[in-house]
Amino acid sequence: MSKEKSAKFDSTRRSVLKSLGVVTGAGAAAQLAPGVLRYAHGSAEPIKIGMQLHRTGIGASYGRWYERVTMAAVKIINDEGGINGRPVEVIIEDDGTDPKRGAEVVEKFATLHKVDIAYGTLFSHVVIGSSPRAGELKLPYFVVSEGHHVASGRLNRYVFQPGITDVKSQVISMAPWISDNLGKKVTMIFPDFAFGHDHRDYFSAAIKKQGGEVLELIPIPPTESSFTRYFPRIPAATEVLYHVMVGPGVLTFVKELGQHFGSNRPEIFGFIDSLEAVDLATPQLEFLEGTYFWEGNPRYAQPNQTEYDKFYREKVGVDDNGASLSDAKDTSTYAHMFGCWETLFIIKQAMELSGYQGRTAADKQGLIEAMESLSTFEEGRDHPQGKKIFNGKIHQSFGHQYISRVQGGRLNVTHTTSIEDGLYEPEADYTRMPL
Amino acid sequence: MDFGPYLFLASLEGLVQAAVLSLTALGLSLVFGVMRVVNVGHGEFYMLGAVLAWWITSLISIHPAAGFLIALVLSPVLVGVVAYAADRLILSRLDYNPEATIVATIGMLYVLQQLALIYFGPDARPVEAPFYFRVQFPWFGYSGYKLIVVVAATGLLLASWFVIARTRVGLIMRATQFDGEMARALGIPVRRVYSLVFVVGAMFAAVAAVLIVPIRQAHYLMGLDPLLLSFIVVIIGGLGSIRGTIVAATIIGMSDGIISVFFSPTLAKMVSTFLVALVLIVRPEGLFGAKIR
Amino acid sequence: MTGDVGKAVWLHAGVIFTLFAMQFVLPDYHHLIATRVMVLAVFAMGYNVMFGYTGLLSLGHAMFFGTGMYTAGMTVYHLGWSVPLAFTAGIVSGAFVSLLLGAIALRTAGVSFMIVTLMFSQVAYLATLYFTSYTRGDEGLVLPAAARSFSVFGHVVDLTDPATRYNLALALLTITVIVVFKLVRGSTGRALVAVRENEPRTQMLGYNTFVIKLESVVISGSLSAASGAAYALLFAYVGSSFTSIQYSIDALLFTLLGGAGTVLGPLLGSFIMFYLIDIASSYTAAYLLVTGFVLIGLVLFFPRGLLGALKTRWLPWLP
Repeated sequence: MSKEKSAKFDSTRRSVLKSLGVVTGAGAAAQLAPGVLRYAHGSAEPIKIGMQLHRTGIGASYGRWYERVTMAAVKIINDEGGINGRPVEVIIEDDGTDPKRGAEVVEKFATLHKVDIAYGTLFSHVVIGSSPRAGELKLPYFVVSEGHHVASGRLNRYVFQPGITDVKSQVISMAPWISDNLGKKVTMIFPDFAFGHDHRDYFSAAIKKQGGEVLELIPIPPTESSFTRYFPRIPAATEVLYHVMVGPGVLTFVKELGQHFGSNRPEIFGFIDSLEAVDLATPQLEFLEGTYFWEGNPRYAQPNQTEYDKFYREKVGVDDNGASLSDAKDTSTYAHMFGCWETLFIIKQAMELSGYQGRTAADKQGLIEAMESLSTFEEGRDHPQGKKIFNGKIHQSFGHQYISRVQGGRLNVTHTTSIEDGLYEPEADYTRMPL
Repeated sequence: MDFGPYLFLASLEGLVQAAVLSLTALGLSLVFGVMRVVNVGHGEFYMLGAVLAWWITSLISIHPAAGFLIALVLSPVLVGVVAYAADRLILSRLDYNPEATIVATIGMLYVLQQLALIYFGPDARPVEAPFYFRVQFPWFGYSGYKLIVVVAATGLLLASWFVIARTRVGLIMRATQFDGEMARALGIPVRRVYSLVFVVGAMFAAVAAVLIVPIRQAHYLMGLDPLLLSFIVVIIGGLGSIRGTIVAATIIGMSDGIISVFFSPTLAKMVSTFLVALVLIVRPEGLFGAKIR
Repeated sequence: MTGDVGKAVWLHAGVIFTLFAMQFVLPDYHHLIATRVMVLAVFAMGYNVMFGYTGLLSLGHAMFFGTGMYTAGMTVYHLGWSVPLAFTAGIVSGAFVSLLLGAIALRTAGVSFMIVTLMFSQVAYLATLYFTSYTRGDEGLVLPAAARSFSVFGHVVDLTDPATRYNLALALLTITVIVVFKLVRGSTGRALVAVRENEPRTQMLGYNTFVIKLESVVISGSLSAASGAAYALLFAYVGSSFTSIQYSIDALLFTLLGGAGTVLGPLLGSFIMFYLIDIASSYTAAYLLVTGFVLIGLVLFFPRGLLGALKTRWLPWLP
């Protein structure tokens, strides 16, 4: 850990000196060689990964965990010899969960820190705002976002999302099980912005395919903090209440939902996005007992826990309840952060496959083509969440989704979807686009 | 649910909203009225109140009610201290120049918000309600605590009215508001009154936040919305008019809930913000305000 | 006074020329930064016309920036308009919206004015979220690279090229400096300052202060919209975060820091603020703390901003 930390500090200092140098008009500061002085500890020049981290802003809760998981994975990679014999160095910049700052950070990665790849973004609007710059600067950009934007073809050939599934896939894979097990008449409550709209659109179509119907759509404005007045709009005929509320108001949402229904409630299906970094044992959440959740990765260790999941938890510092080993009240963003781990190992795999050496155009092309040639990631230490199928044309992975039930204050997996459940027709082909 | 009960529910919710908003906006209005300055950081005092309430209740775990009551008293006091410091160190040095104060309080907004991020963290954290009981109406159940919030807020508002309208301290405040120079000439320590008013204004916001935090959560970004709403309330009600503030808060609190019964919520917010601006255009001094000097 | 004017002209020309020359020596990163900052400086300079010169404090300028940005972005994205046309549309829409807003909002003054501008800006922000089919809400629109090149007199200008972007940004900045400079030194500028200093007296002297203020709003709004349109076209992204309060506050911040009521102040403020935050974010997660302290420090010790202080103490001829 100290290797990466001190290297990071050196590079930070270097970039500060460089900036100050220009500002004071010293010009000559521009000539400081990037690689030579920086990494005093190893013999080989490191592979630099620029991590676009949500340290502040609305994504901050996720950012913390993304950072921890990243550092854990990088340590393992470096302990095992790095990539192509070179150590991995992670340079972190805070994007404030803001698209403008995100784009600036991408520029900083490409031109100042001179990283090999940019990585780690979660929030969709930041990804979308940053990707044009990544494309223009020819910087491979590996995001861990679960947005459908990469697969939609709207971004560019430099952007990849191989380590985590996207929301469209997640949502449509839920429909068959919900329809078979919970009910066919669904009411949806979702936040009234892009993330919620994706759920609304994809799920409505998917449940219709299963012969179900959406009785009512209830959008909630993003800054809403009290939800009681929306609940009466839930039709009495509702068999399943589908919710995907995110943001600070989630606990209020659940509490008020409980107050509204009392003990007479329909089946309830939610997405764990609502409760990432939130402890299920919070009293306000009692009402969730017996309800179901989509989980990207089961937060609580299951009876069939694999050795890979065990190893992963140990390395990232999470206990069997998905909380930090050093603070049981610090719940992790378990359903998303695995994407960081897996993406880093995929980067390693691709770089070794293409024999990546440096930041030349040929190397980048090789890396991108190598990535596009990958097709399967087997479950294993590098992929503890499960097997994935990668579609090189849309730069997106597909994997298993988990449906869990809240029982006794913990989540128990009741169903694991097949990868096929989440497949959809590719909407684009990045491989045809020029680099 | 039928329309009638639905409207009733929306009204109850609106009432809770209005109650808390009245308290918050009252703080802003007092500061406006007496000191003639805007505190753009007002929402952060609100946030601080909630965050401190969380901290206090997490330290005291005997019984939620005990922790909460202590927080109800202690949190506003602590926020008042912060406000006092801000006044002494910054605002009085600016001589309460309106523009400069706006800028300085924007700076305060950032400072308080970021400090909360550093020490409180980015997550939203819940605070236990002091007690929990459900009031069962024929059509739906409703949280008893929410009704208590309305009662408590009303009580506080009545108490403030009493202090302002009927006590000597209130008289001094009103005199300073009415004619600062004359007040000074009459020997009233205007600077001290300003300090007091600023502190009291902040404490109102904090109390409102402590009351609401068991219903919502404490989060470091929670100050922005109350700020915007308070602005709206104070402007519509009229700068410096306590009565106007309360009336406007009630209207806005209630209408926010009821409009969104009819419109999509985002559209409702747009419409209501727009309407508010229009009210201002037509009657720039607000419903109850005196003509701006 | 021609000596003073001469000095001022030389100074401003010098700044422009320096910026032009710097593109050949700046390392890549700072080259890109400079491009961004120059575009944002136009925004701040537009803001300054209202705030610094006319004394109208608005907290809603992100609305004008957003108008330009969305008009330019959406005409390119949905209608396939060429870059110059989209840019022009951006400015025109900004002028229109600011005219409308000015006509309505100028009925209020002081604090009320500030709040009205804030509220309208909120409406604009919510509108970008509401009309998702056109704006894609908070996710925003990515302008395809192909749409961002155009030909002028047979010569292809490609906005994905950094040098092109730099010079276009510089061109926009230069035009803005010229516009503001001329405005400020002309009779309109004096009228603006007169309104700022003492509106009732200006009225008594027979001036229609409403029209003067409206002019100020329209010029300010148009410049801000130009900045927004340029930002969309140069950096290929249009999103609702740009219409949020944060950006309105930024305009105020840059202007204050550099010196409200000076032509070059906002430019200086934009650069300094950018680097302050960039450097601060290497050290701390809470770099907005820096923004807060800067604002407070400025208003306590440097209410005139850097150039303003310079102007008062040493260079009274600085416009």
